[in-house]
Amino acid sequence: MKILVCAKQVPEVTNVQVDPETGTLNRDGVASILNPFCEYAMDLALELKEAEPDGEVEIVVLSMGPPQARAALLRCLEMGGDSAILVTDRKFAGADTWATALTICKIIEKLDGVDLILVGKHAIDGDTAQTGPMLAELLNIPQITYGVGLELDERKKRVRVRRENEGGFERVQMRMPGLVSVSKGAASRRVCSFESILDARAKDISVMTADDLGLDEAELGLQGSLTQVVKVFPPISKEAGRIVNGTDAIAAAHEVVGILKEKHFV
Amino acid sequence: MLLIDTNTCSGCRLCEKNCPFAAMLIVDEIAVVQDNCTLCGACANVCGEHSITIERAAATPEELAKFKGIFIWAECGESADGESLVPKKVTLELLAEARRLAEKTGEEIRVLVLSDERPVNTDDLFAHGADGVIRFVNKLLWPYSTDAYTTVISAMVAAKKPSIFLLGATPDGRDLGPRVAARLKLGLTADCTQLEINDEGQLIQTRPAFGGNIMASIVTPFSRPQMATVRPNVFAVSENPEIDRKGDIEDFDVALQRGVVRTKILEVEKVGETGGGIENAEVIVAGGQGLNSPDDLDMLRELADELGGTLAGSRPLVEAGWIPHTLQVGQSGITVSPKLYIAVGISGAVQHVVGMNGSGSIIAINNDPEAPIFKVADVGIVGDAAEVIPALIKEIREAKKAA
Repeated sequence: MKILVCAKQVPEVTNVQVDPETGTLNRDGVASILNPFCEYAMDLALELKEAEPDGEVEIVVLSMGPPQARAALLRCLEMGGDSAILVTDRKFAGADTWATALTICKIIEKLDGVDLILVGKHAIDGDTAQTGPMLAELLNIPQITYGVGLELDERKKRVRVRRENEGGFERVQMRMPGLVSVSKGAASRRVCSFESILDARAKDISVMTADDLGLDEAELGLQGSLTQVVKVFPPISKEAGRIVNGTDAIAAAHEVVGILKEKHFV
Repeated sequence: MLLIDTNTCSGCRLCEKNCPFAAMLIVDEIAVVQDNCTLCGACANVCGEHSITIERAAATPEELAKFKGIFIWAECGESADGESLVPKKVTLELLAEARRLAEKTGEEIRVLVLSDERPVNTDDLFAHGADGVIRFVNKLLWPYSTDAYTTVISAMVAAKKPSIFLLGATPDGRDLGPRVAARLKLGLTADCTQLEINDEGQLIQTRPAFGGNIMASIVTPFSRPQMATVRPNVFAVSENPEIDRKGDIEDFDVALQRGVVRTKILEVEKVGETGGGIENAEVIVAGGQGLNSPDDLDMLRELADELGGTLAGSRPLVEAGWIPHTLQVGQSGITVSPKLYIAVGISGAVQHVVGMNGSGSIIAINNDPEAPIFKVADVGIVGDAAEVIPALIKEIREAKKAA
């Protein structure tokens, strides 16, 4: 059985800010990490691999991004992925979710017999949660989004997924091949042993570029995108409110409940 | 343009059976497309031989101008007794916003209602601004499935050609939107929090990105409809619905085969402290990592009970396993807009703030006077939650007694 995990390298978003003068993103000194939800997807892939006899499950990791995205792939190989594909080309720059899904679709069509595709529910930089479902549609395979746990059926033809939904969970079954987008479940971040880190160095990371796709250049990157960003700006902050000193808790509570009464909350 | 590879077509009739519009016929064991084809993609989706491809060239401005009207998907939930289906609140929020956009474009608003045979309350949709409802009833449409909904919604959009199509950015809305967009090759913007029409009549879709640190405005220049999922609890529902307002209900009856649905819900498990979930709560008391132990949640729950509210929390509490993910407020959790939001021991990282700054009144309690939460709070108490919360509970009880 072959599992493909799509992984994205993202900036540590807590530190990204917009320059209020120029309106551009200031990424100086911001570290790049493996998107946490892609890491959870890796976790679930590894759980399946560990549940099966040795050699039954193969995990291939794919990342589309700049050459530096190799670091995210290496992290996945350290966790226990078997091999990796880096999809990189300057022609891919500026791709929106449609152009990204189309590019990754063309790569996957060239791989033999992928049974299950796991993706993070969203990347913490773009936050769109769109590329996974678009990819599934272009590959014409079913999907289950917001999965937090998965298991194979006895015949390994179907996957059963615990899915987060509003106000609860669902258990959903899907025929394979299919795609599951992964939210944060019980899976914990793996600590990689020194040995697995060394092992990862020997694993194969192949590189694929625009020439490998068989797509017209007009379908790639910014040119091939159906949406365009016209403006980027910092969120508007609101006026400061009233500050109550809480050193005397009873007096502070009295003051605040007075406000609550005025507004009819009490 | 729809192309059929006559070398690989096996004449299996799957496309014929699954075409919503009966626009595909098998002639001499080969599929042949008819003039009433809408390019909705249902045939390509079911073709086992991948013999059908649809080439979608970029449209000219003249072609784009032919798309008219605003469509909204009405995601439905079951009524309390399970006898009928009710459009979710986000549908009414979208209607209020669409009404505002329609003022500018002069277009009509149609709501897409997919359901099984149970009745759906459409009166509310008209009262809140819908000009029409397009309804499709089929037992395969409950519960929601990605495949059946993608097929039907794509068929509706391909046949009716609206200029704007909005969906709620709920789990199912974000599951469905990208499938429809990819099937029809449409641009899609995720989780929008502001919508505007610019002077050229384009929809400007604004959304937070990078964990809420920036806002991005996005347009869809080359494809119609302009598709967006819209974050729930950001736009207000109209306070003055016109209860006598009526509109037309069009029955949209197309072929839908059981075979398109490739997933099956085996089990549904409800969690959450209130039946409605935090997204619909009017009062929320939320805890953060400033709390000392899970026991502190008891006093927060008590305060919430006194105010008729519900408990929620920020991401660190979910990560620590103190509260379930369904109670998480913030960018990676749920966006809420209660009338009153009380943040206790929450520092106010931007990822949390984007999930609650639409609240009516915000009260923050934190012992760090520099905590960013105070920048969004209407009232901030600098103090120790362990002292302030019990004092608040006591004071509220006394106020109630006095009343």
